[in-house]
Amino acid sequence: MHKNKRIITASEAILESTEQYLDKFKNFIVIGEGVNDPKGIFGTTLNLFKKFGNTRIIESPVSENGITGISIGLSMNHFKVLLVHQRVEFALLSLEQIFNNAAKSFYVSNGTHKVPIVIRMIIGRGWGQGPAHSQSLETIFSHIPGLKVLMPSSPYDAKGMLWSALEDPNPVLIIEHRWFHYVRGYVPKKNYKVNIDKPALLIKGNNITIVANSYNVTEVIFSSKILNKFGIYPEIIDLRVLRPLNIQLIIQSLRKTKNLLIVETGYKQYGIGTEIIAQISENKLVDKIKSISRIGLPDHPTPSSRSLAKKYYRSSKEIIYEVVKQLNLNLELKKKIISYYKKKLPSTKVDVPNPEFKGPF
Amino acid sequence: MNNLEKRILMNLLKIRLVEKQISERYAEQLMRCPVHLSLGQEACAVGVCQSLNIADQVYSSHRCHSHYLAKSGNLKAMLCELHGKRSGCCGGRGGSMHLMDVSVGMMLSIPIVASIIPVAVGAALSFKLKKKKNIVVVFFGDAALEEGVYHEAANFASIHNLPIIFVCENNKYSCFTNIENRQPNDDFTRFAKCHKIKSHKMSGNKVMEIFYKTKDIISSIKKNPSPFFLQLDTYRNVEHCGPNNDDYLNYRNNNEISYWLQNDPINLYTEFLKKKKKLSDKTLDKIILKLNKEIDEAFLFAKNDKFPKIDTLDKFIYAQK
Ligand SMILES: Cc1ncc(C[n+]2csc(CCOP(=O)(O)OP(=O)(O)O)c2C)c(N)n1
Repeated sequence: MHKNKRIITASEAILESTEQYLDKFKNFIVIGEGVNDPKGIFGTTLNLFKKFGNTRIIESPVSENGITGISIGLSMNHFKVLLVHQRVEFALLSLEQIFNNAAKSFYVSNGTHKVPIVIRMIIGRGWGQGPAHSQSLETIFSHIPGLKVLMPSSPYDAKGMLWSALEDPNPVLIIEHRWFHYVRGYVPKKNYKVNIDKPALLIKGNNITIVANSYNVTEVIFSSKILNKFGIYPEIIDLRVLRPLNIQLIIQSLRKTKNLLIVETGYKQYGIGTEIIAQISENKLVDKIKSISRIGLPDHPTPSSRSLAKKYYRSSKEIIYEVVKQLNLNLELKKKIISYYKKKLPSTKVDVPNPEFKGPF
Repeated sequence: MNNLEKRILMNLLKIRLVEKQISERYAEQLMRCPVHLSLGQEACAVGVCQSLNIADQVYSSHRCHSHYLAKSGNLKAMLCELHGKRSGCCGGRGGSMHLMDVSVGMMLSIPIVASIIPVAVGAALSFKLKKKKNIVVVFFGDAALEEGVYHEAANFASIHNLPIIFVCENNKYSCFTNIENRQPNDDFTRFAKCHKIKSHKMSGNKVMEIFYKTKDIISSIKKNPSPFFLQLDTYRNVEHCGPNNDDYLNYRNNNEISYWLQNDPINLYTEFLKKKKKLSDKTLDKIILKLNKEIDEAFLFAKNDKFPKIDTLDKFIYAQK
């Protein structure tokens, strides 16, 4: 797509954006457990303290609720703060500060106190992480008015959306799937902004609209390439912004394709798809819809054992099967697609990232 | 060696050898879950658990292998859990950070820092309400004291005079971050005193001393129920999470590392026994051989054990009765 242009990973893109923002804005502080350590939050804050010192890159005690409140206090006093959690679960200890203070201070102060903090949280997956280190809890955060919730899927967006989040006067949460960190793609060196108020149309198509978020976008694109071989062209939308949710693009696409599949990283029940579909049907926004379907996590915690995790996670297989079902393809074509898929399928293990996983962009 | 000394030796060595084997075998990629090894911290678990009886309960954190084994948790079930197998102590659902064996009072381990502490206090409250004479021990690391929930739980335990020992294994680090960069000083008894809880700070590598201290604490709690805070200063010999040494990353200084290696809890104890002529090299080798045989068998069992049945995946979301 971008020949001869610079290709880097999403984690490198996040690091670069953070560094450039530190260069630009003196009152910008990065804080978190592990931000200054030799692993630097999977490389995303690596060595920043060497350049900016440990008063701007602050290694935190293991006190999530405390540092969230502290970040809010800083941000009310003209600092920008980027708070980082190595797992979404660790941020659970700070829901009180996020929901009550970050999300509401502007409102309760009658528009006086802005809270421009950015909180990055990482969803774990693989290597038997088990139930407490792999939860995809984006919809919980998306439930709360006053917060913005982003889930980038490409290195390009990772850099640009982080920049936009840092410029935004509101609390913005960025949720990164751990496997997304490895995605590679084109990223300009210079800083730039990417809008953080709507989804993006990734690939035009006509048979079915597939909406996905975060790492699942990679799985959807992989599936789509296989479907293309058989004349099926999904239109792919990267949801990117969960709150504020803007479904205009999805509606436009659905008016054309009449089929909708939503693939999410979290639980299906009370999920992203639930909200999108509700808005569409409630407002009768699209006529003559043929099929609507959702793919998400089943209704139970993540098991550690890889033998169980295999059936827990959803991948290109479920996506292809679902599209085939939705489009009501004839048996012969169905068989062809499935046997082709089985040949194409990278010999992946459910608990390590896909080796094909170079990132589509 | 008297019986007690022998039990302590066997316990220490068993944990050391199990952890060593996990570390050596990890690269085979059959144990596909994060592991937080107890290498270097064995004496804390053994010294404390030695005076507990089966009805006394233990609660732990992500670094729970030593507590599980010191409380006589089933070795095969532990290794099956690490292998993600059916006979694992959590049926393969939890992995290495959730070890438990309720049959011996190893109740629960939870990997979210400090999250276990109030749960243990709840157990202690249940003992009090039921007028049981048993006690609860909760193990956690130095970082847990930075979480608000420790203070909430300690305060509660104090005002209700609950039979619980808070055991803080201070290995100086939270992942890569030294205590100096996280707290103004490393005497954590201050976090007991402020809640009017009795406390003591001592080496976590001298198993007999820990044993005698804990024995005293327990008998005093049994006479007169009230919480106790025990700080055990120790060190982990390998990386925070994983089977290897990561000291090439230079986050721990060499003097510190060699000081603690010289004060390795297993060596300290075996040297002590040898000096008193209670243990010969020959006997030691024999014990090691015997333990390794048991451990090899358990590994073999775990390797051969079946994976959990796929249709059990959505079992146990809700209890029926
Ligand atoms: C609430 C929460 N925050 C962060 C983490 C990530 N984490 C896992 S272990 C650990 C270090 C804990 O250090 P300590 O309690 O001293 O125990 P040690 O690992 O040294 O035994 C951290 C920060 C977590 N599991 N839970």
